[in-house]
Amino acid sequence: MPILTDRKTKPQYDVIVVGSGAGGGMAAMILALNGVKVLMVEAGRNYDPVTETPMFHTPQMAPLRGHATPDRFFGYYDATVDGGWQVPGEPYTNKPGTEGDFWWWRARMLGGRTNHWGRISLRFGEFDFKPKSRDGLGVDWPMTYADMAPWYDRVEQLIGVYGENCGVANAPDSSPGVLLPTPKPRLGELMAKKAGKKLGVPVVGARRAVLSAPLDWQRLPKVLFPNNPKAQEIIGKDMMTRSPCFWATHCVRGCSIRANFQSTTVLLPPALATGNLDIITDAMVREVMMDASGKATGVHYIDKKTRRDMAVKARVVIVAGGACETARILLNSKSRDQAGLANSSGQVGKNLMDSVGTSLGSHIPAMEDLPPFNEDGAGGLHVYSPWWLANDHAKLNFPRGYHIEMGGGRQMPEVKTFSYLQNTSPGVYGSKLKEDARRYYGASFSFSGRGEMVPNKDCYCELDPEVVDQWGIPVLRFHWKWSDHEINQATHMQNTFAEMLEAMGGKAKPLHGRDAIKRPGEIIHEVGPARMGDKADNSVTNQYCQTWDVKNLFLMDGSVLPSNPDKNPTLTILALAWRSCEWLMEEMKRGNV
Amino acid sequence: MNRRHALKWLTGSAAGAATAPIIAAPGATEPAPPAFPARFTFHDPDFSKPITGPWERLLTESELSTTKVLADIILPKDEHGPAASEIGVHDFINEWISAPYPDQREDCEVVRGGLAWINTESFRRFAKPFAELSHEQQISIIDEIAAVDAKPEHAIGAAFFKEFRHLCLGGYYTHSSTWQQLGYVGNISVGGPYPGVPQEIIEKLGLQDVA
Repeated sequence: MPILTDRKTKPQYDVIVVGSGAGGGMAAMILALNGVKVLMVEAGRNYDPVTETPMFHTPQMAPLRGHATPDRFFGYYDATVDGGWQVPGEPYTNKPGTEGDFWWWRARMLGGRTNHWGRISLRFGEFDFKPKSRDGLGVDWPMTYADMAPWYDRVEQLIGVYGENCGVANAPDSSPGVLLPTPKPRLGELMAKKAGKKLGVPVVGARRAVLSAPLDWQRLPKVLFPNNPKAQEIIGKDMMTRSPCFWATHCVRGCSIRANFQSTTVLLPPALATGNLDIITDAMVREVMMDASGKATGVHYIDKKTRRDMAVKARVVIVAGGACETARILLNSKSRDQAGLANSSGQVGKNLMDSVGTSLGSHIPAMEDLPPFNEDGAGGLHVYSPWWLANDHAKLNFPRGYHIEMGGGRQMPEVKTFSYLQNTSPGVYGSKLKEDARRYYGASFSFSGRGEMVPNKDCYCELDPEVVDQWGIPVLRFHWKWSDHEINQATHMQNTFAEMLEAMGGKAKPLHGRDAIKRPGEIIHEVGPARMGDKADNSVTNQYCQTWDVKNLFLMDGSVLPSNPDKNPTLTILALAWRSCEWLMEEMKRGNV
Repeated sequence: MNRRHALKWLTGSAAGAATAPIIAAPGATEPAPPAFPARFTFHDPDFSKPITGPWERLLTESELSTTKVLADIILPKDEHGPAASEIGVHDFINEWISAPYPDQREDCEVVRGGLAWINTESFRRFAKPFAELSHEQQISIIDEIAAVDAKPEHAIGAAFFKEFRHLCLGGYYTHSSTWQQLGYVGNISVGGPYPGVPQEIIEKLGLQDVA
């Protein structure tokens, strides 16, 4: 297992990877498995999920019984250590005139946000790659779904994804044998399925990066890494030691048995096993260094432990610091151009998108007073609703769509789990209160939407001219404005959720989209500030994440996404990084990079 | 929130905070906490060590004993499980209302004001603090503030009771010793595929067509 004790670096590497999350982790692993000498530079601390994850910890072992606070927004046991909406000493600002303050989640830890994410792994579909061709808004991607499909297959087989091929338009099937079986739905999910049948909303097996069964460690490595016996051996051994889910403890805590996907459990251990990867943590990259000929030569970082400026060199630099951090590094790399590095198009920092998010829940009387059964499940949803109206936009007042996530039932009790007793049992105390608690426990359910936002000129990040962080690095400031597209979509979500809840026997009051929509950044799907495209004049990279302006500089995280489909971006970031690294290695062999 | 109170615990070991320069001020972003340069407990927790909130506790001994008596009236020892005080619900309430976050600061005002109100009411009627009353006397006050149609002169007590009961429930059922009785049977590892919903429940709710 990881993790790293040695902070030594060699004088020269083939490739430097900035960041250790989904994009950086995948890039480092693919390159290292192919004999490329890689140095990974991570701003956060070293982190080992095998020893640090609070797997079966109960609320009474935590401050405020684990209740979410501004310090621990997703509850005390969230896997994110040393990070959050605010990072000590590393501020960001919002530009005067912004319509809503942007919330920027940063995980300053090895593996980044992959340690706590929801593991929801949805493929972008054929419509998603050509949004402008369909509705005239935003931009098309420089490739098609058909180009990406094999890479989705590979990633799903590597990390392990449970799911169901549902046949809904623009929710693509995986190739036969790729997906792991979906766990059986829980009670609320079955009721949602029934409600969906009545209302025409499909409720199908969710796709999540959780092992519902052991990986086929004998077959998969040969499929994934043909003609590379060393990679087969390393990946085979690693897959063999990943345990399947044992249906307890929420994935947001991370996973010490490596049943779900985290960069730190699935990508970095095999990458380190090659001997081709060095990792330094607590290293905050300030800028990409350049030579006189316009090539990247390495990165300049601040060693947080000693507060000293350091430099490391390589033939190729891959930046994967997280969408906005990547934009920040480019904008701060001013050695050649005051507009920032790789920014001849002027698009760096622009086109910032998050997902449209709203939620609505209610008490479901039919779920009251049932015999107890274990509903922990896979630590996240077993079913979901893909966007079901992709061909009905003529009837809607917004473009693009959303998928529906759902949950509830008999989850581990939290401090506010019993709020509904304020309505059902006012004034009751004593033994009768305990009887009511038992009767109503587990009888609530809620829906959440994750929808596609259309990029607009008012949503961007740029350098704040007046503020630096404690490392002396200029910080980002954000500007935001939702358009009617997003607000109308949020209203539609609310109405749909209310109909679903009512069909389940609940009562819910839908809000107007303007009141229901979550804050900019709050869904933590921010992408787009260095988008890819097919022309250098309106995009930052080509379809292989290579910057147009600097041939040996690549961006392999959410920054390159030209649109932000309703599907959570992590799976696509992984697929893009793998595909781009294979292309990069070909270019290196050909002598072009 | 009292800034000095917050700083005291937020910065943990004060030495690091004093020497590290704060170059930048936090921007206009809304979420707390502000950007402190030192690591502190909640940003980088050691999950292997059970802890409670590292802030100072506000309740006096007499407030805490009133809290304990009230919590045990709301959630007594019976065939459904332990009394609230046996699993530290009063200590949880003290931790909660002493916490430096906005939601908890609001609850603090309701709870402390209510505890004082109850004692005043108790003195007015029985010339003794609430904790020293007989059970019947205590119940006579509780029944008036718990009533759905509480009299206007009991409005303060009624608002307190509602919030206090809510906190008692939260503290009680987040303790794992109450889960069996509540009907939460998770947080244990299960081998093989996830078993799903028991057939009797599927049939009871008429879900055979989607199961």
